[in-house]
Amino acid sequence: MKVLVCISHVPDTTTKINFTPDNKSFITQGVQFIINPYDEIALTRALELTEKSGGSVTVINVGEIATEPTIRKALAIGASDAVRVNAHPKEAMFVATQIAEYLKKNSFDLILCGRESIDFNSASVPSMIAEMLNIPSVAIAKTISVENGKAVVEREIEGGKEVLECALPLVAGCSESIAVPRIPNMRGIMSARTKPLVVVEPVAADEYTKVIGYDKPAQRSSVKLVDAAEPGKLLELLHTEKKII
Amino acid sequence: MAVLVYTENSEGKFKKSAFEVVTYARAIADLLGATLSAVSIGDAADDELGKLSKYGAKKILKVSGEQFKNYFVQGFASAISEAAQKENADVVVMLASFGGRGIAPRLAVKLKAGIVEGAVELPKTSGSFIVRKTAYSGKAFADVEMISAKKIITLIPNSYKVEEKSETVQVENFSPAIKNDDFKLMVKETVRSTSKVSLPDAEIIVSGGRGLKGPENWGMVEQLAEILGAATACSKPVSDANWRPHSEHVGQTGITVGPNLYIAIGISGAIQHLAGVSSSKVIVVINKDPEAPFFKAADYGIVGDAFEVVPKLIEAAKVFKAGQN
Ligand SMILES: Cc1cc2nc3c(=O)[nH]c(=O)nc-3n(C[C@H](O)[C@H](O)[C@H](O)COP(=O)(O)OP(=O)(O)OC[C@H]3O[C@@H](n4cnc5c(N)ncnc54)[C@H](O)[C@@H]3O)c2cc1C
Ligand SMILES: Nc1ncnc2c1ncn2[C@@H]1O[C@H](COP(=O)(O)O)[C@@H](O)[C@H]1O
Repeated sequence: MKVLVCISHVPDTTTKINFTPDNKSFITQGVQFIINPYDEIALTRALELTEKSGGSVTVINVGEIATEPTIRKALAIGASDAVRVNAHPKEAMFVATQIAEYLKKNSFDLILCGRESIDFNSASVPSMIAEMLNIPSVAIAKTISVENGKAVVEREIEGGKEVLECALPLVAGCSESIAVPRIPNMRGIMSARTKPLVVVEPVAADEYTKVIGYDKPAQRSSVKLVDAAEPGKLLELLHTEKKII
Repeated sequence: MAVLVYTENSEGKFKKSAFEVVTYARAIADLLGATLSAVSIGDAADDELGKLSKYGAKKILKVSGEQFKNYFVQGFASAISEAAQKENADVVVMLASFGGRGIAPRLAVKLKAGIVEGAVELPKTSGSFIVRKTAYSGKAFADVEMISAKKIITLIPNSYKVEEKSETVQVENFSPAIKNDDFKLMVKETVRSTSKVSLPDAEIIVSGGRGLKGPENWGMVEQLAEILGAATACSKPVSDANWRPHSEHVGQTGITVGPNLYIAIGISGAIQHLAGVSSSKVIVVINKDPEAPFFKAADYGIVGDAFEVVPKLIEAAKVFKAGQN
């Protein structure tokens, strides 16, 4: 089985987000970048699946050269080879167009993404890729396994879950419970340096949206403390000051 | 100009979030001087559909039939795409729910439309068309200009207030073409969790962290939630340790929530946790450590041992609720 894992290069989860004074761009200086956490567990699941039944795992990223350390990390975790589409990932439609283009030329049985990137949070790329290729998608998969050439996927639904069976190929957006991330070992890190990382140029794509600015949520005014001996006071305050209970 | 809103039902019934998204779509239609129609798929009965008119839907396209009993993302996206073409919709709006999040990107490809997922307020439409959405997992907002002629917007639940605007409603049966390719998935089993209020819809959430020591201590969390009509949630280490199901884990790598009230008990307030809850209208923190970072992000706080504070709070809440009835 051939699995493609789409990885996005995002600021570490502990990053304090800051923008330039004109609020037009994110300040990357001093920021540690990582594999999007959902993509990292998607990669782990892909490795588990292929270790069980044979096959290979390729990772793909749409990004400029600065993403290569992130891609090498994925190779260190265990992917066999990598592809980088050499372009700034402007918007979800652009990214999906590039990955769909790659998939038209190279066939895979399973395409795993994260459920969303923790920077854009568009949660769009996996479903867009699937639509471009006219194949099924599961936007938020809780678990995934492959049996007799079919995927069995648990999907999150409002107030519960649903178990689906689906012919391959399939695109799935992996959520937190899909696997436990692996830490690369020394051998993985050494071998990652020599594993193939192919760079391809992007195809043209229409522009649909563009980010024109950023803002941060309003700061909360400072906390009002209630005496631990009388928590009932809290309810009064929520009722009289905030009118929410 | 025309706006189409997809209103998702849950076992034939509309939740408050469906009325939020209709109100929101109505407001966009007003901004653009456009007409508003709604599309509903599946089992909602006509009197249930009628409720949508209270929030400004004049015309409802009703798609029903065997194929649409279960949620099949491709079939639903095709049906909504056909409805959008029939209505000549310039803007299609739906909820950023589990269902909507799967449909909207596919619809964007079908309609060659720009998409903003996770809108939190009305677009600005003077000159250009700009939509504010969450970014960096709740740590920021991004203002996105939509350049393409056709536009798709998904709205975060609980971010837009329902407002009544009565219209007389006209329900029209609509039969989109069925493409077999769209129904290649098979639903083997559906499991509904027993919890009464689902997290994304919840107006009040009571959440517990590692400070509660073990799963056996969740009784008081559940009891407080029940009295307040709240949903329960937890921090990531709690679900990692299997004290609580993964579906309750909120934060940057879990569910993002924006209730009116979020009560955090024994949670330190790590940046990844805060990211998922920062759009809550009011935050209450109960923690024995006065230095816990969560107090900096809270509106109200109680410094104390949860095992003493929460039982007292439960008693007070019982009295309070009894007084309200
Ligand atoms: C990539 C990544 C993603 C992450 N994503 C998430 C996420 O989505 N959501 C998330 O929650 N975390 C996430 N985390 C983990 C996060 O960094 C914290 O480790 C986690 O939120 C801490 O959980 P906690 O507050 O329950 O536990 P702790 O940090 O251990 O805090 C327990 C708190 O309970 C208090 N306490 C102890 N005893 C009592 C008592 N008797 N009464 C009252 N208070 C008491 C303590 O003072 C302390 O503040 C992520 C981490 C990483 C690296
Ligand atoms: N630049 C990118 N390169 C490769 N994959 C990506 C990229 N951006 C997003 N993805 C994939 O699409 C998923 C959803 O991202 P998003 O639609 O941006 O929320 C991510 O978890 C990745 O698996």
